[in-house]
Parts: sequence; C-alpha cells; structure tokens
Amino acid sequence: MLRFTLLRAGHAVVVLLGVTVVVFALVHLVPGDPVRVALGTRFTQESYDALRAASGLDQPLLTQYVQYLGSAVTGDLGVSFRTGQPVTTILLERLPATVSLAAAALVIALVIAFPLGVFAATRHGRASDTVVRVASQAGVSVPDFWLGIMFILLFSVTLGWLPPSGYVPLTEDPLEWARRVAMPALAVGLVSGAILTRFVRSAVLESLGSDHARTARAKGLRARVVLLRHVVRNALVPVVTVIGVQAATLLGGIIVVEVVFAWPGLGRLTYDAVAARDYPVLQGSVLLVAALFLLVSFLVDVLYGRIDPRISAR
Amino acid sequence: MSASTSAWRLLLRSPVAVAGLGALGLLVVLALLGPVLVPYGANAVDVTRALQPPSGAHWFGTDDLGRDVLSRVVLAARASLQVSVVSVSIALVLGVALGLVAGYFRGWADAVAMRVVDVLFAFPVMLLAIAIVAVLGPGLTTAMIAIGIVYVPVFARVTRASVLGVREEPYVRAAVAIGAGPLRIIRTHVLPNVTAPIIVQTSLSLAFAILAEAALSFLGLGIQPPEPSWGRMLFDGKGFTGSWWMSVFPGLAIFVTVLAFNLVGDGLRDVLDPRQRSVLESRRDR
Repeated sequence: MLRFTLLRAGHAVVVLLGVTVVVFALVHLVPGDPVRVALGTRFTQESYDALRAASGLDQPLLTQYVQYLGSAVTGDLGVSFRTGQPVTTILLERLPATVSLAAAALVIALVIAFPLGVFAATRHGRASDTVVRVASQAGVSVPDFWLGIMFILLFSVTLGWLPPSGYVPLTEDPLEWARRVAMPALAVGLVSGAILTRFVRSAVLESLGSDHARTARAKGLRARVVLLRHVVRNALVPVVTVIGVQAATLLGGIIVVEVVFAWPGLGRLTYDAVAARDYPVLQGSVLLVAALFLLVSFLVDVLYGRIDPRISAR
Repeated sequence: MSASTSAWRLLLRSPVAVAGLGALGLLVVLALLGPVLVPYGANAVDVTRALQPPSGAHWFGTDDLGRDVLSRVVLAARASLQVSVVSVSIALVLGVALGLVAGYFRGWADAVAMRVVDVLFAFPVMLLAIAIVAVLGPGLTTAMIAIGIVYVPVFARVTRASVLGVREEPYVRAAVAIGAGPLRIIRTHVLPNVTAPIIVQTSLSLAFAILAEAALSFLGLGIQPPEPSWGRMLFDGKGFTGSWWMSVFPGLAIFVTVLAFNLVGDGLRDVLDPRQRSVLESRRDR
C-alpha cells in the first residue's frame, strides 16, 4: 500500500511539473508583448519597465521558468497586473466561495444520484428505469448556466423567493449563504447528479448480476439485505472514482455559473482576469485549479486502493 | 450483410437513437437552408418592435433591438454545428494519431504521449479552453482550436486502449512476420479495428463541443457579434429578465442539439460495443 501511494504521489508530481510548464507557457504564447497588452491605454514607459521587471519578463526564458517554479513552490505566484496585489492572496480570498459552492452542488448531486441510480438498476428494463434513463440523459445534455438563468427567471423574477445573485460567506451568515447558494448549487448539482446517476445505475446493474450477489440470494438473504449489504457496497468502488472526478471538476469547472450568479469564486476570477488581460492572475488560478484537480485525483486513487486491495497490489 | 450495414440496422431499431438522428437531420437542414427558411434576417434591427413577447408575427418574440428571436435561433445553428464539427475533427485527428503511435509502438513514445495526455487531463475542460482563447484572442477560429485541443486527450486514451488489445491479435503478428512496415500495419490492420469506440466517442464529443462553444460564446470568447450564436443570445437575454423568451429559446436550442448527439452516441455505443450488442440482439430474438 505504501509503495502504491508513493508511486501515485510521484506520478502526480511529474504531471504537476508538466502543468507548470503549460501554465508558464500561457503568458509567452500571447501574440505581442503581454505587459504592453495588459497596460493598454494606461501605457507609459515607466509603468511598462516597472511591470516588466516586477514580473521577471526581462529575463531569459529558462531563467524565468526556473524562477517561476521556485517562487510557485514557496507560494509566490507574482502580482496582479491590474491591482498590484499578490496573486496568492487574491486566490485564497476567492477559494472559499468556490469550495462552498462545489461542496453544496456535490451534496445535491449525490442525494439525487444514489437513490435514483439504485432504483433504476433494480427495475432494469421496466418503464420506471426508462424514465430515469431519459431524465438523466436530459440532465447530462442541459447547459448548467442556462439552467441557472431559468432558475433566476422562476425563483427570483417570477416568484421573488430568492436573491438573483451575490454571495455571503458561510461563516458570516449560514442562512443567507444557503439562500444565495441554492440556485447555483442546484443548477450545477442537477447536471452532476445526472452524470452520476448513470454511473451508479450501471455499477449497481453490474453488481446485481455478479456471483456474490447470486450467492447471497441463494443462501436465502432478504432482497433488501442483498441490495444494501452486498450489491450497493460493491458498486461503490467504481462510483468513488467518478465522484472524485466530479468533485475535482466542480472545483475548477463552474466558471460560467459563477459568472451568471456573480459568485466571487475562482471561476469568476478567471473570467475577470481574461477580460482584463491580467495574465499572472490567470496563470495563478489555472495552476491552483489544476493542482487541486491532481490532489483530488491522487486522494481518490489512494482511497480506491484502500477500498479495493486488488488495485494497490498490482 | 456487412458489419456496418448490420450495425446501422440495429441502430435504427432503437427508437431513442432514431429520435436523436431525426433531430440531428432537422438541425442540419436548418443549418443549411436557414437563410431561406427564416422570416427575418439575423440582424434586421427594428427598435419599434423591441422586446415583444411571442406572437403570430414573431413566434419566439423579439430581442432588445427588435430582432426576431426565432430567425436568430435558426441562423445560429450553422455556426454552432460548424464549431463542434471542426473542433471535434481537430481532436479526432490529433488524438487518434497520438493514441495509435502510443499504443502501437509502446516504449518511450507511449510514455511521452501519455504524460502529455495526463498533463492536459489535469485541467478542467472549460478552464483550459478559456485559457487558450485568452491567449490566442476570442473568435470563431480560436474557439474551434481551443475546444479541439481540450478533447485531444480523450481520443488519445480511447484509441490507445483499443490499440493495445488489437496489436496482440494474430493478424497483426502475422503482418509483422511477413515483414510489413509499421505504417502499413497501422493503416490496414490496426486502424480499421479500433474505429468502433472512436465513432462512439466522436458522437459524444460533438455534444460536449456544442456545450463548450455555447459557454465560450456566453462569456464573449467564442462567436463574435453580430453573427448570431446561442451562447451570446443567452448572455444578451440575461440583462432582460422581464423578457423570458430571450433566454428560454436559445437555451432550448442548445439543449435539444446536445441531447440529440448524446442519444445517437448512446445508441451507437449499444450497437458497436459487442457486450451491449449481444444484449440488444438477445432482446430482439424474444
């Protein structure tokens, strides 16, 4: 198990190094001079020279990369072209909003996916199974940001139940946070729930047809016990990976929904950085999200190895 | 009966896949004949008719500039389909080539190709697409390149996994034994035998490419005005919450298109995946 964990950790570090190369390259692929482009109409020779020196862009390319990597390891991701604030500070300010939205969405997704997926699998081929399959297919096909706009039209504009946008930290006012997070979390959670439902259904279906489930039924266990103790538990193994991938995707993939709901998370930050050509912030948020993605994937791999010892024994 | 004819017949037995194919057929017709079918031009501005709800004259209502929403929804189909087809073609060509080389040659080529794929996989799809567009500048072409690049890893992995199985088959070993070169073996023996999962992946990727294009255009990074696009229409509608029709219809168009590609992709998987296929055929025999 330790060897497996170390191997996975080594792999994650190698991929993370590759990620830093891509993120570093981003700013160098900008046609023209990124500092000149970022300054736009605010250009003066003094501000240009100062920003260029501050961002290290006057150094040779390899030196720049080594410096970037060295600084990134110590948590220094440069300063914003726009505000002059350290990028790390900006990212840490925005992280809680994204994490709380992603967590709420994931909870909604799981609450939908498990009962529906298990229900559909146990009624394989019947009308109720078809209804769940069609509904989950529809859920996978709907753009989450459009669903968000529809919720605003219904719950805010028509019914006046919920505020259409804005954010209140969970630690400040949990009730108000819940009112604000409800619509974006539901929009994202319904789509994620539809994706997960399909996986839960197929995993439970496969587990239902396996030898251990047949043995459990043959020795006279009640259907409910077979389902909960033998079928669902074994079906969890492949589902854990998909949940991990969903969690990681939610952390970095709710950009458009954050824009729709003016939710001040990493997605909204990335969008604003693109609009303002604030490359250090764009680089920082892309790097942070990719690193979080790799961390979650690594944790899922290790968890997977613990749940199913056959994986780590390979 | 050839394998492809039999697969096609099986696909047509699935009502859900047929519904998807029908919707896609209709979309292609709208995309091709849109300009002659619609009652108004995409940019026929008439501020005296701004923000009118759906009526006999304007079935989907009008937007803030008095443009006909139905006409714009129909005319936007072409650009959306174009972006998804071109971007998935880019992903298909690059990803399949990468997967073939990695899976067939193994060794360092495989190691390097798969690490590149791992790195690309570490970025959430939309984030990477936005970052690429941010660097290359917004627009139709860069949106196609960006969406194409982010789907390369999926095709590379799917192809490689299939190639790993096929390269051990007796007919490939026989080809090696008679001295056939690797390029010829890949072209005549490997590629034709790994197409099934690639076809399924293509259909599903077209669906996600439509979603990605809509998201990019919503953010102002994809198709640029005045060319109509479903994503941008949603963005414009967001400022006019009293005029629900500006947001509902473009979104429905995205939803139906994505659903159609997904239904066809699912149908293809049932037909082309041998295990699923035996299930389908056993049902038919009953």
